[in-house]
Order: sequence, then C-alpha cells, then structure tokens
Amino acid sequence: MATWKRTRGFWVSVILAFAFFAVVEWLIASGTLNVFYVNTLFFMAINVMLAASLHLIIGITGQFSIGHAGFFAVGAYASAVMTMKLQLPFAVGVLTAGIAAMLAGLIIGVPSLRLKGDYLAIATLGFGEIVRIALLNIDYVGGASGMTVTHMTTWPWVFACLFVTILVIANFTNSTHGRACISIREDEIAADAMGINTTYYKVAAFAIGSFFAGIAGALYAHHFYIIQPSNFGFLKSFDILIFVVLGGLGSLSGAVVAAVLLTIVSTFLQNYPETRMIIYSIVLILVMLYRPTGLMGTKELSSLFKWRKAAQGGMNHGGKNTVA
Amino acid sequence: MELIQQLVNGISLGSIYALIALGYTMVYGIVRLINFAHGDVFMVGSFVGFYAVTMLGVGFFPALLLAMASCAVLGMIIERIAYKPLRNAARIAVLITAIGVSLLIEYVTIYLRGAQPEAYPSTLLPDRNLELFGVVISSQSLFILGTSLVLMVLLQFIVHRTKIGKAMRAVSHDAEAARLMGINVDNTISATFAIGSALAGAAGVIFGIYYTKIEPLMGILPGLKAFVAAVLGGIGIIPGAMVGGLLLGVIESLVSGLGYSLWRDGVAFVILILILIFRPAGLFGKNVREKV
Repeated sequence: MATWKRTRGFWVSVILAFAFFAVVEWLIASGTLNVFYVNTLFFMAINVMLAASLHLIIGITGQFSIGHAGFFAVGAYASAVMTMKLQLPFAVGVLTAGIAAMLAGLIIGVPSLRLKGDYLAIATLGFGEIVRIALLNIDYVGGASGMTVTHMTTWPWVFACLFVTILVIANFTNSTHGRACISIREDEIAADAMGINTTYYKVAAFAIGSFFAGIAGALYAHHFYIIQPSNFGFLKSFDILIFVVLGGLGSLSGAVVAAVLLTIVSTFLQNYPETRMIIYSIVLILVMLYRPTGLMGTKELSSLFKWRKAAQGGMNHGGKNTVA
Repeated sequence: MELIQQLVNGISLGSIYALIALGYTMVYGIVRLINFAHGDVFMVGSFVGFYAVTMLGVGFFPALLLAMASCAVLGMIIERIAYKPLRNAARIAVLITAIGVSLLIEYVTIYLRGAQPEAYPSTLLPDRNLELFGVVISSQSLFILGTSLVLMVLLQFIVHRTKIGKAMRAVSHDAEAARLMGINVDNTISATFAIGSALAGAAGVIFGIYYTKIEPLMGILPGLKAFVAAVLGGIGIIPGAMVGGLLLGVIESLVSGLGYSLWRDGVAFVILILILIFRPAGLFGKNVREKV
C-alpha cells in the first residue's frame, strides 16, 4: 500500500498521457483536427522533447550548453541518411538518430566538460557551428540545399518518443544518478568531495540529453520534408535555450509548459519573424533581470497539487521535487 | 609568393578580429562577462559609418570617429540597462541576458531598416596596388592595418598611462579593493564598455571597407571569431587579444589559400575547442588554481 501511495502520482500521469494520446488519435482519424493543428501539435511535441533534453543538461546538471541544435542536426541527418539513402525502416532511422547524437554528445562532452561556465558555453556553441558548417560541406547530404525526406512521422511515433523522453528524464532526475547530477549543479566541488564522480555524471547527462535531441531530430526531419543546415544554426539553439530558461532552470514541467506556450506564440507570429525575435529577446532580458530563476524556479507543476500533509511534513512522498 | 600574399591578407583580416577581440577581452577582464552583444555593436558601428558616408557625405576619418562615438554610447547604455542590475547575479543569468541583448539589437535593426544588405562605397579610401618584392598589397589593406595599429597603440596608452586606465587595471585586479581605495567602480566599468565598443565600431567601418557588403546579421560570425581570438590570446589580457586576432586571421587566410575556403568558418571553432582543452588560460595566460 505504501508503494501505491508513493507511485500514485506517477501512474495517474501515465494514464492521463495515454488518454490524451487516444483522444488526439481519434481526433486525427476522424479528421476533426486539420493539417494546421496537427502540424502545430507535432512541432510542439518536438520542441517539448528538445526542451526536456536540454533541461537535463542545463537545469539538472547545471552545464550551460548552447549548442543543442548541433545534436538535433546530427539526429535529423543521421535518420535521413538511414531512411533515404539506405532505404531502412523509420524505426531504424529514429534509433540511429539517437545513437549518432549520443556519440556526438560523448565526443564533444568528454573533452569539453573539463571546462566550466562561460568556457563550456562557448565550446558547445562552437560545436554547434562546426556541425552546421560540416553539413554545409558534405555533398553526400546535399550541402547547402539540404536533403529531401519522405513524410513518415505519425502521431503514434511522436507520442511514443515524447512519452519515453519525459519518462526517462523524469525518472532519471528522481534516481540516485539524478540526485548526483543535482548535487553537481548546486556545488561541483562539494559533490566531488562527497565522492560523486562528477565527470561521469556530467558526461552521462550530456549523452542522455543529446540522445533525445537526436530522436527529436529524426521526427523533425521526417515531418518537414526537407532539412537544410540553415535550420540548425545558432538561432535554433537559442530557441531551445529560451524554453528551458523561461520555464525555470531546474523544472521539467516548467520547460515543457514554456515549450508548449512558446510554440503556440511563434505559430501566431509566423508571418512576423522580426517581431517574434524582438519579443523573445525582450522577454529573455526581463525574465533574467526580474526573475533569474525562470518562471517556475526549480518547482514542478505537480508540487502545486501536493497534499497539505506532505507539504508541511517536509518528507514528500511523491518524490517529485527536484529542489536540492 | 602565394604564401606571403595570403599572409598579408591574413594580417589585414586579423587586425579587424583583433580590434573586436580587444573589446571582449577588456570587458571580460573587468566584469567576467562574455559580452555576446559585442558583435552587434560592431554591426551598428558599420551601419553608422555607412550612413555617415552616404547621407552626410563625410570622408573616412569623420565616419570612423562618428561610428566610434555612437558605439561608445551604445555600449554604455547596454551596460547600464542590462548588465549593471545583474552585477551580483549568477553567471548563467548574465550570459543569457547578453544573448538576449545581442538578439534584440539584431532584430531591432532588421525591424527598422529591413534585412537587405548594403554595399559600402568603394571610393572611401584610395585603392592602388603596391608591388613589393613581387607581393601585391592594396593600399586599402595598408590603411586598415595602419588604422588598427594606431588604435591599438592608443589603447595601450590609455590603459597604462592615464588615470582611467589605472582605475580599469585596479578594478579588473580586485573590484572590492578598488572600491575601498575610492575608485568609482561603476564609472570605470562604463568607461571600459565605452572604449571596447568604440573599438568595435571602428572595426565595423574597417570591415565594411574591406568586404564592401554589410547586413544586420553580419556581427554574429566575426563576433564569435573575435571571441575565439580573445580566448586564444588569453582572455582578459590586452596584448593577448591583439596577437590572438592576428593569428586567427592568418590561420583563416592560410586555410582558404590551401583551397578549403568553405571550411574557413569552422577552423576558428576547432581552434577554440583545442585551445580550451590543451591550454584553457590561452597563449599568454597563467593557470590560476581554483579555490573553494
């Protein structure tokens, strides 16, 4: 019974997620949702996956990475090569995307995670640019004109990937390993002194984060018909960063909510890209000036619905708080 | 001879990087902040110079001075509005704000004048080719090199021989102690931003003359590369930024000279990652042990 109490919130969320899946599936099948809404929905899911994966790196482990679009690009191109050039099924493409992005994460992560703060930020930014320039120069993947990709992304695929992403990242955060990552975020030297292998956990967080960014890339590539290196520039990394920062550095639900809301906002402002960027940048500056922890801080949405007893007692049974 | 030709081109390009890198390094030295908006100040300088030449009809030097003055003011405004309130905030917050400011400047410029590029008037500087021992040097690149050198010497003079320069060195060494000695830290930081931004503005005008094409997003790549140059020389060290900038320019020119011109933009970032791994304090920097 005690186990049930502890995991109640988790199972309720899982059931709700599947109910949501069924409803949307029915709406799409019956044609109630038109193409525009489906597009927005898919884009939202991809953004949520990107936000969640960057949240693991920045929000949980505290490693400031601003080259996330690089992993996204690696995933997109890896999957496109698998399905278009080698004619393999979509599932192989998705998996390869994740693994390729994870390898990229390891390659960049192992050397550059010796760096801290500003230097790490610049190194990851440099990595993102190198990926973009490399893709521009490889003729096999089409250079600047990019690759055309068949549409293969369907709602069950999107849902499955999104579900696994959130599940893995949320559970990772609540595990021993997640706690270790949070301790690195709070104070790396202290964590080291407590016997936590900081390098190992930083690289692990980087690898997991880039794995899911790669999966998101696969979904993106097979949804938008064409991928070009210019889609994965610094501005894309910045888009992902703003989800995490605005939602709250250290709050998974905050990042998810921010990704959903900002996707809606940018859909409405699609015809005014300058206005959109001006609003984004002003919001970013204002949030940093007046609420530097982001909108949610390190709180999760679920903590708003906590039973009073748990809130008072300090021992929360839900185990959902990521507050260190 | 081909090699020397590339070397000459590289030094001209490198002196532009060096001018931008100086601003990065000075600001980093004094407030430990990577001023992402610096590349965009450079862009604004370029446009101010362009409009001064085409609309006011002035010559090279008045345009250069005008660009430097307006960039100095812009730099101070940015510092006062966006960075000063965050002086004691987490590093990550300041870094994100800097990215925000950078995007704001870029897109406000696009909003105001559109994204279309402009062509710099080519008659601004006399364009003659000098032949020296079989190497063709355009008088423009000599002009560019000369202007950058004069500005760098001027900067050295300001930093080492004037009162404000002494204050800047003191604040960058220890801001708290400097404040106790009666130095106005806020004004000193403003002055640092002003000087750094003025150099970026000058670099903007020079860049416009050298490459003839300017556009609102032109600041991103030179800005990032100048940052690489600053890291290469050892961030916070003024001579380091000059050497780093020149070195980066020469390496880039050699890479394009070898026929890999499409990879040119990637080289800077490869250098960055290598230098961060093998010598994170830069060529001129000393390793500082971390204290708890």
